[in-house]
Amino acid sequence: MASGMIEIDSELCKDCKLCISVCPHRLIESSDRMNQKGYYPASYVEKHLKKEGSKCTGCGLCAISCPEIAIEVYRA
Amino acid sequence: MPKVLMRGNHALAEAAVRSGCRYYFGYPITPQNEVPEYMSERLSKLEDGVFIQAESEIASIHMVIGASMAGGRAMTSSSSPGISLKQEGISFLAALELPAVIVNMTRGSPGLGNIAPAQSDYFQATRGGGHGDYRTIVLAPNSCQELADLTYKAFDLADKYRTPVVILGDGMLGQMMEPVELPPEVQIKKLPHKDWTLTGAKGRPSRFIRSLLLDPFEEEEHNWKLMRKYERIAKEEVSWETSFADDARLMVVAFGIAARIAKGAIKRMRDEGLKVGLIRPISLWPFPSKAIKELTKKVRHFFVFEMNMGQMLEDVKLALEGNGEVHFYGRPGGIILTPLEISRVISSYYYQRKLG
Amino acid sequence: MKKIFSRPKSLKKTPFHYCPGCGHSVLHRIIAEVIDEMNLQEKIIGIPPAGCAVLAYLYFDIDMGEASHGRGAALATGMKRVLPDRVVFTYQGDGDIAAIGTAETIHAAVRGENFSTIFVNNGVYGMTGGQMAPTTILGQNTTTSPGGRKQKRDGFPVNLSEMLAVAKGSAYIERTAVNSPANILKTKKAIAKAFRIQMEGHGFSLIEVLSPCPTNWKMEPIEACKWIDEVMAVHYPLGVLKDVTGDKRDAH
Repeated sequence: MASGMIEIDSELCKDCKLCISVCPHRLIESSDRMNQKGYYPASYVEKHLKKEGSKCTGCGLCAISCPEIAIEVYRA
Repeated sequence: MPKVLMRGNHALAEAAVRSGCRYYFGYPITPQNEVPEYMSERLSKLEDGVFIQAESEIASIHMVIGASMAGGRAMTSSSSPGISLKQEGISFLAALELPAVIVNMTRGSPGLGNIAPAQSDYFQATRGGGHGDYRTIVLAPNSCQELADLTYKAFDLADKYRTPVVILGDGMLGQMMEPVELPPEVQIKKLPHKDWTLTGAKGRPSRFIRSLLLDPFEEEEHNWKLMRKYERIAKEEVSWETSFADDARLMVVAFGIAARIAKGAIKRMRDEGLKVGLIRPISLWPFPSKAIKELTKKVRHFFVFEMNMGQMLEDVKLALEGNGEVHFYGRPGGIILTPLEISRVISSYYYQRKLG
Repeated sequence: MKKIFSRPKSLKKTPFHYCPGCGHSVLHRIIAEVIDEMNLQEKIIGIPPAGCAVLAYLYFDIDMGEASHGRGAALATGMKRVLPDRVVFTYQGDGDIAAIGTAETIHAAVRGENFSTIFVNNGVYGMTGGQMAPTTILGQNTTTSPGGRKQKRDGFPVNLSEMLAVAKGSAYIERTAVNSPANILKTKKAIAKAFRIQMEGHGFSLIEVLSPCPTNWKMEPIEACKWIDEVMAVHYPLGVLKDVTGDKRDAH
């Protein structure tokens, strides 16, 4: 069971990919659907991946790096 | 109230403090050094007084901006080249609608010039000087008493209209000593409250003061807003003085120290029977155009006398709207004319035009 | 689960106009977090620069006053002298502070004016399209240093923070960066410390923040962040340059 979770506001995202680069569990990927601004926003993929040990810990590194404050972090 | 013999520069500084000015930021430049020197002494003795000798005239005008944003009565002073440096700041003060008082003790110009008195910053003061469509109230004292009175009044005007006010003096006024009746001390706590200042958003929504309006429609409207304010000022704050006007055949037009000299000249000419009068604009902006035009009902000849190459001359011509003849005499570069010289020039014109 | 990270209160909800990966965005957020955590929203006044952050007042929900290019230190001086019990800070880019505003900045530091400056160093003039800045390093390509900054043509870059640390009135000067989560958190601590030092009346404080400008560096954001570590921080070393308090405790 994951001890953390994030929510990404895809309309705020500008696809800088910084969150993708800092997530220690590689749980974020670029979406293939464009947002209103014309960016391919970052998307939290935990629910789709079935990688061993890939669980969000709510470390918050993604949110700390996100310039657009597009990410909210939850922790148990 | 008793009168005190005071140097012009000291009188204006003392009047400023009595008007509630507690924040002075300046820089040494002759012939106004007595202003920062006086302020450094006077404000240090007040618990809430702040004096900073800034690193430049640019720094000092921007300190005035900051202090004004925070709600203080702030002023700076300088002389011609230093006032040139302040022009961006003055444009900002006007655009940001901030009250402030700027004193210019004009000296021989252009460039480094000299330290002798001149009136060659009339254009700089009244035509903006800085960028954009704005005006500043410009007041031209002609005595140490007026230096005190007009500086004192300037702070009230600045606060009332949220606009910068320029005191356009010159090196001679600043240095000369005359008896001055000083105005009463203002009680700062009793001054009208300013509801637009930056003081930290306590008990109210946050606010910002800025002049960047990227949308041209917003910028246009802001300019119109400023113009409406300037129209109100033009209606309410015009001031001038006339002397010997009733039967005059020729009116001298002069401001500041030149008007003092002209008065001396006119007295000489009156003694000789010449019917010469004087109209002295005290507010250079708003300029007393109506008052000058009114004179054309009785007078045809106007003699503009300034210590420059003809600056207020243009405003006189504009005011007359073609009614009347305008003649000009001026000497730039710091020359102080004598009443004798002026009376000779004017008399010569008077006789040549057969005004007697 | 509990929400442990969300938008700070002192930031309005307006989405940033800054470029993807811009350092301003992160910096705005951590400043707002510090304002929230130190309860400063009602007593802080900020002065934005001329530069990409000129519209900072659209983001920060605090009193803010516009300065003309480079003169923030003079405005802050005037403001703080009138309101000594408020917290006053300037937010300035490298051109604002180290080109046109050098005199005002140095003299505010020399006088020991009690305000804080956040100096955003991204080595270019961002808003005007990527011209050379005083902090552009030798060899760095910009629109006015084509082929890379050359010492003979363009002179050396300036290490303003080192210069300011010499001033007797400077109380706290630190250089940080916002190119990684660890550095972002260090920057946040430094900003909080600067505000604390101001409130304790020690004198002038300045945090120089190495900040990515992906657009004008012509790099992807991740690449820009790496460039700060590998190149920029070599010329502008991170760390505390001056601290009169010698305080190691947490500023909060």
